[in-house]
Amino acid sequence: MRTPSMNRQTAPQDGRTRTLKTGRRRFLVDTAATVGAMSLGFHIPMAGAQPVGQPPEINAWVVIRPDETVVIRIARSEMGQGTLTGLAQLVAEELECDWARVTTEYPTPGQNLARNRVWGNFSTGGSRGIRESQEYVRKGGAAARMMLVQAAANEWQVAASDCSVANGVIRHAASGRTLSYGKVAGAAGLLTPPKDIPLKDPSTWKIAGKSMKRLDTADKLTGRLVYGIDLQLPGMLNAAIRDCPVFGGKLVSFDAARVSSMPGVKAVLRVDASTVAVVAGTWWQAKTALDALPIVWDEGQHAKASSAGFAEILKAGLDAPDAFVGNKVGDAAAAIAGAARRVEAVYAYPHQNHATMEPMNATVRFTPERCEVWTPTQNGEAALAATAAASGLPPSRCEVYKLPLGGGFGRRGAVHDWVRQAVQIARQLPGTPVKLIWSREEDMMHGLYHPNTQARLVAGLDAAGKVTGLHMRISGQSILASVAPQNLQKGADPVAFQGLTASGDGEIGYTIPNLLVDHAIRNPHVPAGFWRGVNHNQNAVYLECFIDELAHAAGKDPLAFRREMMSRHPKHLAVLEAAARRAGWGTPAPKGVFRGLAQHKGFGSFTAAVAEVSVSAAGELKIHRIVAATDPGHAVNPTQIAHQIEGSFAYGLSACLFGECTVKDGRIEQRNFDTYPVVRMVDMPAVESIVMPSGGFWGGVGEPTIAVAAPAVLNAVFAATGKRVRTLPLKHTDLRRT
Amino acid sequence: MRKLTVNGRIVDVDADDNTPLLWALREQLGLTGTKYGCGVAQCGACTIHLDGAPVRACVLPLSAVGPNQKIVTIEGLSPNGSHPVQKAWLALDVPQCGYCQAGMIMSAAALLAEKPKPTDADIDAGITNICRCGTYNKVRAAIHQVAGSTTGRKA
Repeated sequence: MRTPSMNRQTAPQDGRTRTLKTGRRRFLVDTAATVGAMSLGFHIPMAGAQPVGQPPEINAWVVIRPDETVVIRIARSEMGQGTLTGLAQLVAEELECDWARVTTEYPTPGQNLARNRVWGNFSTGGSRGIRESQEYVRKGGAAARMMLVQAAANEWQVAASDCSVANGVIRHAASGRTLSYGKVAGAAGLLTPPKDIPLKDPSTWKIAGKSMKRLDTADKLTGRLVYGIDLQLPGMLNAAIRDCPVFGGKLVSFDAARVSSMPGVKAVLRVDASTVAVVAGTWWQAKTALDALPIVWDEGQHAKASSAGFAEILKAGLDAPDAFVGNKVGDAAAAIAGAARRVEAVYAYPHQNHATMEPMNATVRFTPERCEVWTPTQNGEAALAATAAASGLPPSRCEVYKLPLGGGFGRRGAVHDWVRQAVQIARQLPGTPVKLIWSREEDMMHGLYHPNTQARLVAGLDAAGKVTGLHMRISGQSILASVAPQNLQKGADPVAFQGLTASGDGEIGYTIPNLLVDHAIRNPHVPAGFWRGVNHNQNAVYLECFIDELAHAAGKDPLAFRREMMSRHPKHLAVLEAAARRAGWGTPAPKGVFRGLAQHKGFGSFTAAVAEVSVSAAGELKIHRIVAATDPGHAVNPTQIAHQIEGSFAYGLSACLFGECTVKDGRIEQRNFDTYPVVRMVDMPAVESIVMPSGGFWGGVGEPTIAVAAPAVLNAVFAATGKRVRTLPLKHTDLRRT
Repeated sequence: MRKLTVNGRIVDVDADDNTPLLWALREQLGLTGTKYGCGVAQCGACTIHLDGAPVRACVLPLSAVGPNQKIVTIEGLSPNGSHPVQKAWLALDVPQCGYCQAGMIMSAAALLAEKPKPTDADIDAGITNICRCGTYNKVRAAIHQVAGSTTGRKA
C-alpha cells in the first residue's frame, strides 16, 4: 500500500506537465499543456498578446519564464551520452543567458510534426546528436538573443547596436539602463525573427567548450528520475510478452484457460503472427502467468539454423566472385601477385546483443480517436511513425512522450518493434493504459544484433617491407538489408565499409598504392541492427590487427610501420602520435607489461589508443591501462567527451573479451548476463583520455573510440603472447604459455 | 497482506509470497528507483539494503523478508540526496544514462559502511554491478573520494 511519504510524482499525462525537481535545475517532460506555449512559432510573427499564463517562447528553441528561467528545447534524446547538456551549452553560448538558470525540455514528435519539423531531426544515433544540429541550435540561441536585445532597445527607444548583453541582462551603455531577459521576453517573442544570424567564433566561447556539469545528474542519484519502465498511469495494466524464440517462426496457439485464473491476470492476447502477451494488474503477475502459459510455435524454416552454419555461409562469401566494392585504388590483385611477400589472415566477428540495462518497454493508451505512447526512444519521430502504423490512426492523432533511456546504444532507434507490440496490445484494450516490459530473456533473444561478419585480408609487401597492395574481403551481414532495405544502393550496403572509405566520416587513414575493399553480402536469419560503433567495430579489428600483422612480418615497429603510410593523413596520425607519446611508446613498459596500438576514424572523429596488458603463465589477461586520444574537431564539453571515451572502452572491451550471441536450433542461446558476460569493475582498465580538438570540422564522440578499443588490446595481447586473436570474442582463445 | 519496514516506515504489501521484493517495491509501493535489469541477481540494478547489507532484491521473495527487517531503498538512503556517496557522485558527475546508478550507489554505500577506506581490490570485489555506459572508473573515483583516500589508482 502506498504511504504518504512514498507518494511518487505521477507520470506525465495528457493535458499535464510534469516537472521533476532536481535542486536548482528542473528536467521537464512537457506534454499537451505546453503545446499552447509553442503555438507562437519561430516562423509566425505574432501581433497579439501572449496567451495568459504561458511563458513566452522567443523561438522554437528558447522559452524565457518571467522568473528568468531559461528553458532550452532539446530535440535529440539523452541516453547517457551527454548530448542534452552539450546542446544546451551551444544554445546558451549564443543566447548569452545565465547558465545557472538553464533548464531543458523535450518537444514531442507530434509537436514537431504539427510545426513543420521546426526542431529538425529527432534521430539520436550515429554520434550525430551534436555535430548534425550544432549550427541550427546555435542559430536558435543567437536569434533569440538578438530578439531579446531588440525588444529592450525598442523599450528604451535606442539602437540595438548600442546595447550589450551578458548573463541574461541587457545593458544600454550610454544611459546605464538594464533589463533582464525575463522582463522583455514577452515583447521579444512578438518580433520578426532576424534573417542574418552571425555565430560566435568558437575561440570566444565561454559556456560551450567548457566542462560544465551535466544538467541531468541530480535525479539519477535519488531514484526520482522516471525512466520508461518506471512510468505509472492511473488504471494502468502491465503486459509481459513472448515472441517465437526462432526468428521468422509463428505463434500457432496458446492455452489461455490454463492461466486466466492466476492472480491479477486480465487478458491473454495474440499480439501478432509470432507473439503472445499476458496482461495483468502488475508486471510480476503478467510474467508469472506468461511463464506458465502453454504455447505452441511453428518454428518455421530456420528451426535448425546455427552459428556454425552461418560461419560456413560467410566463409563461402570470402571466395565469392561477386562483391560490392567500397574502396578501390590501383590493382590490388596484380600488386599482391607481384609482391616479394604475401601475408594473409582471416578474421571473424560474432553477433552481439546491445544489452541496454533497461529492457525494452512502452506504455500505451489507445482509444479509437487517439493513441499515446510513453517510451524511451532514440528517435521520437520514428516511434511516432511506428505508433501510427500499428494503431491504424494518422500520425496527427498519435503522440509519443519521450522518457529517459536506460541505455540506447542503437537498439532504440531504427526499429521500434516494442512500440509496435505495445500498441497492438493496447488496441485490444481500448481506453486502458498498458505498460509492456520485456524480460531480460526476451530482450536477449529478440534484439537487433551486431552484424556477424568475417574478413579475409591479403597483402603484398615489397623487399623493403612496404605494403604494395591490400585486398580486404568482408563477407557477412548487411545492417541496411535488415532494418532499412530501401536504403541499399543497387543492392550494396555502403554502411558496411565504415572506416574503410576513401573519404568522408570514416576515411581510411593509410595510403596504400593498390587497395581493394569489397563486401559479399551474406545474411543469416538473425536480424541485424545498428550497435554502438556499428561496422567500425569489426572493420577496425580487421584492419588494425592485420596492419599489426604486416608490421610484424616486415620486422618493423607497429607505430613506425603505420607512420610510413600516414603522411597524407595528418589528423589520423596526430591522434596516434599523441596517444603513443603519452603512453611512452618506444620506452620500456613495466616488467611483464606489453603495449599495442590502433587508430581509426569514425563518425567524423579521429581516434587512437594504446593498451597496456599483461598475460600470466596461466593465460589470464589483465588490461592495466589505456591511453586514448580523440580529435572531434570541436569539443563542446571536454569532460563529457572523456566520459564517452571511457565508456567506449567498457562497451568495446565487453565486445572484445566476452561479447557473443550464438545461435542453436534457430534461436539465440544466451538468456541473461550469466551467459552474456560484460565488462565489470574488476575488468575495467584505467583510461587516460586526450581530447585534442583541432577545429574546422564537427565529429561525434559517443561511438568512435569503440573502434580502437579491441584492436589496441588484441595487438598488445600479441606483443605479450605471440598469439593472434582473429576470432572474437577473445574468451575463445587459450592464452596460456605453451 | 504482509508488513514490511521500508525506509523507516511500516507498510502493508498486498502481493503473493513468491513475489520478489524488487517488484513489490516497484509495483506495490511505487518505489521505482530500484531497477529491474536481469531478474537473476547478475546485474545489481536492484540492490537495496536489508538490515544494512547489500541485497539483490530481484531474487528475494517476500516470504524471506521479515516484518521487522529494515529495508532501505535509494529513495530512503538520504532525505534529499545528501548521503556522502550521493554527494561524491554529484561532484564527479558519475552517471551517464543513470539506470544502474541507484544500485551502484546502494552497493557503494554498503561497501563504505563496512570498509571506510576500501582498496581498489575491495572495490573490485564489492562493486559487481553492471554498467553498460561504462561509469566504472568514475564510480571507483567517487568511492575513493568519499573515503578520503588517495591510494586509488588513476581512473
